[in-house]
Amino acid sequence: MKNTMRLVRRSLATVGVAAALAVPAIGSAADDTIKIGLIDPLSGPFANIGDLGVKGFTFLAERINEDGGILGRDVEIVPFDNKGSAQESLQNLREAADEGIQYITQGLGSNVGNALVNGVEKHNRRNPDNRVVYLNFAAVDPALTNEKCSFWHFRFDANSAMKMKAITDSIADQKQVKKVFLINQDYSHGQFISKAGKELLAEKRPDIEIVGDVLHPLGKVKDFSPYISQIESSDADVVISGNWGNDLALLVRAGAQAGLDVDYYTYYGSLVGTPRAIGEAGEGKLKTITEYQENLAVDKNQADLQELGETFEERYAPLEFNVLRTKTELHMLKKAMEKAGTTDPLQVAYAMEGMTLETGMGEVTMRAKDHQLLQPLFISTLTKDYKKYDAEGTGFGWKTDVEIPADETAVPSSCEMKRPPRS
Amino acid sequence: MLESFIFSVLNGVLYGMLLFMLASGLTLIFGMMGVLNFAHASYYMLGAYFAFSISEYAGFWVALILAPIVVGLLGALTERFGLRNVHKHGHVAELLFTFGLVYVIDELVVLIWGRVPVNYQIPDALDFTLFSLYGSQFPAYRGFILLVAIAMFVAIYVLLVRTRVGMIIRASLSHPDMVGALGHNVPRIFTLVFAFGTGLAGLAGVMAGNYFITEPGMAYAMGPIVFVVVVFGGLGSLGGAFVASLIIGLVTTFAVGMNYSVADLLAGMGIAFGQDSVLGINLSRFGLMLPYLMMVLILIVRPRGLMGARES
Amino acid sequence: MSRVNTSGSAVLRRLAVWLVAMAVIAILPYIFTSGSSVSMMSQMGIFIIFALSYNMLLGEAGMLSFGHAVYFGLGGTMTLHAINRVNDGAWWFPLELMPLAGGACGLFFGILFGAVTTRRGGVTFAMITLGIGVMVEASAHIFTDFFGGESGVTANRVTDVTVLPFSYGPSIQVYYLIGAWTVVAALVMFLLTRTPLGRISNAVRDNPERAQFVGYNTTITRFVQFSLSGFFAGVAGGLFAILFEIMTAANVGLIQSGGVLLMTFIGGLGVFFGPIIGAVLVIYLQVALSGFSDGWILYFGLLFVLMVMFVPQGIAGVIVAHVAPWRAGLLHRFVVPYALAVVPALLSFVGLVAIIEMGYHLSLSYNPSSPIELFSVEVVATRYLSWAVALLVFAAGIASLRWVTGQIGSRWGDVNRAMDTQGHGND
Repeated sequence: MKNTMRLVRRSLATVGVAAALAVPAIGSAADDTIKIGLIDPLSGPFANIGDLGVKGFTFLAERINEDGGILGRDVEIVPFDNKGSAQESLQNLREAADEGIQYITQGLGSNVGNALVNGVEKHNRRNPDNRVVYLNFAAVDPALTNEKCSFWHFRFDANSAMKMKAITDSIADQKQVKKVFLINQDYSHGQFISKAGKELLAEKRPDIEIVGDVLHPLGKVKDFSPYISQIESSDADVVISGNWGNDLALLVRAGAQAGLDVDYYTYYGSLVGTPRAIGEAGEGKLKTITEYQENLAVDKNQADLQELGETFEERYAPLEFNVLRTKTELHMLKKAMEKAGTTDPLQVAYAMEGMTLETGMGEVTMRAKDHQLLQPLFISTLTKDYKKYDAEGTGFGWKTDVEIPADETAVPSSCEMKRPPRS
Repeated sequence: MLESFIFSVLNGVLYGMLLFMLASGLTLIFGMMGVLNFAHASYYMLGAYFAFSISEYAGFWVALILAPIVVGLLGALTERFGLRNVHKHGHVAELLFTFGLVYVIDELVVLIWGRVPVNYQIPDALDFTLFSLYGSQFPAYRGFILLVAIAMFVAIYVLLVRTRVGMIIRASLSHPDMVGALGHNVPRIFTLVFAFGTGLAGLAGVMAGNYFITEPGMAYAMGPIVFVVVVFGGLGSLGGAFVASLIIGLVTTFAVGMNYSVADLLAGMGIAFGQDSVLGINLSRFGLMLPYLMMVLILIVRPRGLMGARES
Repeated sequence: MSRVNTSGSAVLRRLAVWLVAMAVIAILPYIFTSGSSVSMMSQMGIFIIFALSYNMLLGEAGMLSFGHAVYFGLGGTMTLHAINRVNDGAWWFPLELMPLAGGACGLFFGILFGAVTTRRGGVTFAMITLGIGVMVEASAHIFTDFFGGESGVTANRVTDVTVLPFSYGPSIQVYYLIGAWTVVAALVMFLLTRTPLGRISNAVRDNPERAQFVGYNTTITRFVQFSLSGFFAGVAGGLFAILFEIMTAANVGLIQSGGVLLMTFIGGLGVFFGPIIGAVLVIYLQVALSGFSDGWILYFGLLFVLMVMFVPQGIAGVIVAHVAPWRAGLLHRFVVPYALAVVPALLSFVGLVAIIEMGYHLSLSYNPSSPIELFSVEVVATRYLSWAVALLVFAAGIASLRWVTGQIGSRWGDVNRAMDTQGHGND
């Protein structure tokens, strides 16, 4: 009797389990839109960045559609929440492929970027009828266009090595700088910057002394005052940091509290939320290297970019539009599809190799060798002396210091790309 | 050398005091109720956010008084309508309840205030330099934090040990039935204690939210280290929490300054070994792991912590 | 929990459950055919093993661990390294058995860390596991040779070294591999509960002092149980590694540890198949729900909190509680009260979802005044009317739910009394 009970109990459990697997049939049917899957964190600690991405892409897609779309079809952005996890992103990739999405884009995190390049390669190899192209707009690990390069991956952000080249070139030009302090997050991104920074500075200005090279745990440090004390006692003129988010904001604020007088050369000073978090503490000191900031549209007399930014900010205040490379990405995709005459991933990918595009900041080129976009880069400072637009309502705005033309941003690549046959 | 030592001491003591403000409520709640409140850092975060919102209308000083009270009220509600039902299911269930609460509170904060950091600033009245030391400025707000932390310690100690209320509370933990038989409303006492503990967390949030950054991830960032402090000092011991906060604050701060590795030390002694291996890694990179290592070691060797009363 | 009936028919019946399970696993991909469904079901299999291994600690031995993902993640990472060695030609080891590499790694670290942690119980033990979990996660960024740094370790599971003639490239083949391992691992863990070790672990869980008085060494018991659970966690990690072909530092961290705790608890600690239910449900929610709503974390948290408050025995516990009345022939008495509960529950659920979804939409969406689709009804979140309706529905649901649960409670009282008089106790 009892064993029957247990049997029934177990069977009920298994049946119950099976019933619970009522997975709704995903997959839209005959929408004739060109779908682009956006895989980024939409929940959890970094959701604000992912959210900005969704809004930005959707906004840009709307404008493309108003202009007639691509090959007569509308562009549709399909967001996927990867919760910041590499494995979740692979799950998203599978879902996207199931839905017939042939283009995915992603930005936040080189851990995810690495996983996606890997995943897309394997997926395309194992599913040659259902290929996917991965457009990367913010994962800056140089490996993705070097030893891990892939035909199916295109990067639209200058990679970490390129940015470091630009920063060190700029510092090398400043003869009064004698002492440089490096402070970075202790993971591959920060570790790379630390290494590359030392090497490049030694090459260009052997007289510059590296007075500090700190790696601190990612996202864990609340109180940066010990590090500020170190920077102070080292007498540094300039601080180079790849920190982002709180790690950057807290660093700069702690520096301001202690009255530290240095220039901060950063990668992510203009990342959403950072200017607001830093505010006055960064005035005149916080520098960032990007492909765009709002006042560049004024510098270069680009009225439509100004209009774009103003309309975006009206709708989504306090968010601002300063990620120009997403626009570059969508428009280059459009141009490649129109050149190939199809949305087939293989043809479009070949069309995109070597393609150029006029972006308003200058002409950009998608280098065929490693699928790395070459675009002009700019170093800007946060200051009260800005031309027109302030950053995130802080009362301070970005002012352009240095322009680095596209071809000068290029770094050599070790990529040996394996290309699939053209048909 | 002396300069960096003094800076490290100052920074370490300050960080320790911030940790203490958070840890005090947590250790109290555990000591009084046996509940390990996982959501303690979430109440800390709520304190910061409430202070931000209140100070937008009424200024910092009003927020300093009001925000902890609001947080305490929320804590009381949580205990009365949530935790109270869970006591009967045991300590593991209580822990799991507070664990789930973390998700809920953190998401509610996002819902109400958004995902982007909010602009909670240090009040102008406190935004000046107290003194300068070796060319580095010591902000007055830091001094204020120190003052409040010490005042907290003194006030809690006096309240618990020297007043009747404190005596009743302490008795309720070990002899709830007896205290109930004497006519005190024991469940209400527990609610009060929980409210008081979370109110303390809220106060810590008010103080730290503008010193650091007020954003939805701040609970997750502070949470684990506070547990380390409380466990290290001894669950339930206020003095232990104070001492442990100082120790961990100082250790973490000094570790940051250790810009050398074991291999470097060996090299200094004339032994060339291990530069390319684990031993060659800069010790400062292990800095933030140290408190956890200390916690594990003390739990193995002396589970009741530095000044804890008994093993749980 | 008493005499074990070893007659032919009883053994057959026990076996039948496992056979039914195998059949279900085999048929499922034919019902849910999409690639992402297969991937989700594969994950369910993996987390069933992981949650069962966690239950060996919490449910069977009373050891609350906050760092169980350490063995999962380390096992998976080791498996990827092993696969890479096979791909390099350095080793020969078939892919089907690769999870054993993960298991061996999990066992090794289980023994290593277990030796220091299992001397203590209760909260002390829990905090030590937390500390170890944090330290391993932090060291993952420092020991980049093993952990692969921020981008983790990757491998190609198509090693061409297999026992069966499959490449394991297609995800359906990996699904069946995982399915086979799930059955085997679950069976072994089930049998373990029947061994003296399993029984003594239960004793140590229920009353460590008494167990010691009777003569059992609580430390050794906990230590062995801990190590074995590390083994199975490592196996789960190995399968995870094969499925995703990438492991990162996050896989050893607190969030992954918290996830398995959630699953096991929701499913039910006291019953063997509880974690199975929990794993399936939580994976389903994680994968499917986040596609529906950005507020999935809030739903999760609420689910967890409500379960701790009202259903701490878990889903399996609830199912099991109905067995005694069923045996006593009294199950039909619950039909009416449960049926009555359906409408209030629905009202509360709909109301709550409406409030939460509107909240998220207003607060965080692309265009707050655009309508959202709630249960096939278009709702505009910016209108006061929408909120009024949602709150009303929710309030009505909760009020009627309170009344109904009172009815259900008293019906349980009646049934229990009836069972007592009938002479059927709770077994």
